[in-house]
Amino acid sequence: MKPELNATPKLAPGVRLNDKNQQPRTLLMPERALRLNGPSLAIVELCDGNHTVQQIAEELHAMYSKAEPQRITSDLLGYLALLHDQRAIDF
Amino acid sequence: MTATTPTPLALVAELTHRCPLHCVYCSNPLELAKRETEMPTETWVRVFQEAAAAGVLQADFTGGEPLARTDIVELVRAGRSAGLYVSLITSGLPLDETKLAALVEAGLDHFQLSFQGINQQTAREISNTNTHAHKLKVLQWLKKHRLGVTLNFVIHRQNISELEGMLALVEEYRPGCVEFASVQYYGWGFANRERLLPTRQQVDHCVETLKKAEARLRGKTRVVFVVPDYYAKYPKPCVGGWGRKLMVVAPDGTALPCHAATVIPGMYFENVKHKSVLEIWTHSSAFRRFRGEEWMQEPCKTCDRRQLDFGGCRCQAFLLAGDASATDPVCSLAPTRTIADAALAKINGPVPAVAEVKSDWVYRPNPI
Repeated sequence: MKPELNATPKLAPGVRLNDKNQQPRTLLMPERALRLNGPSLAIVELCDGNHTVQQIAEELHAMYSKAEPQRITSDLLGYLALLHDQRAIDF
Repeated sequence: MTATTPTPLALVAELTHRCPLHCVYCSNPLELAKRETEMPTETWVRVFQEAAAAGVLQADFTGGEPLARTDIVELVRAGRSAGLYVSLITSGLPLDETKLAALVEAGLDHFQLSFQGINQQTAREISNTNTHAHKLKVLQWLKKHRLGVTLNFVIHRQNISELEGMLALVEEYRPGCVEFASVQYYGWGFANRERLLPTRQQVDHCVETLKKAEARLRGKTRVVFVVPDYYAKYPKPCVGGWGRKLMVVAPDGTALPCHAATVIPGMYFENVKHKSVLEIWTHSSAFRRFRGEEWMQEPCKTCDRRQLDFGGCRCQAFLLAGDASATDPVCSLAPTRTIADAALAKINGPVPAVAEVKSDWVYRPNPI
């Protein structure tokens, strides 16, 4: 399920990022762990219940200014839908 | 660590073999560790720190019943402080609201609560205890906290018909994850195999029901189904590959590549009391024994799937075929597949060959 642009995704219960000083950065969840890097880490760090999907997209546009914004937004929606189906985030 | 040694990802900490339940499929070995052999708090704390330093991300606190340890809150805190994601794999006993709050406060990440069935009678027959009502209470207490919750139903011939009821509980409670785990036939499960193996018809119906449930619950509860491997075409990638992902530490500190590894003869297992987690992981003969592919026989040796399932389960190969290096006999390509088929034929025959008498169960005792 893809989120609305005004949704505010946050990590689901039992899901957390490992500490900043632990490498590689990893999303920890029941029975699973997901290695994060680059954009995936940036997205998960913004899934704090305070940023809307629209705001996350804007942050990514700024971070990856060479990429086409529409493409970034569509990739973001796909990734959030995947994390949601995996029960890693709620929105 | 050498270039060829994988990084361990999970530590399965069998904190004790003591347990208030007596489940007929318990994965613990037939010879249970006594209380006096259990490692003290400080040794476990060191093990958590060593595991995290070796790269381990997750610690599964299990047993027996991990809540039977009086220092469980301290152990959870130590696991979390070491940097590990801490799961409690539990029957929910002995537990009250205060203890649960203390566990959450100590940093418990994930609570996996086991159920033996959906009706009290089945649960009683399987666990030989009256504990089902208490588990439902634990579920209510869990609602007051923010942590990961998995409901775990162990599935077998005696409760597979209760699937709809189990799913109703899932719909009502909405945990992050539900596991329908088919009994694995080791330890006590192997001793009770003939009364636990489901029929082919039951398995087919179960798969169909869970497929629908998975679609219905998508985005709400993740549905995990552990297939009964006797009915599978290919074996399971047991423990994610021997010495490849996880280390089991038994209550007395014995480090095992798999829960059931002690059944394999001729193995020497190191103990975390005497050597570090990393040293055992990297150098011990037990962890190297079936790591990689060198040990493989045909048909595994040249099989396209050898990187997917690693030849299946070494303990099952020994239990069924008498050779721990053989292809897992549940594999359709295994020369010994006839052994698994013979077990299934007994269950699926025209006349049930196995009498349904309660006194037949081999219940797991509670070690002193």
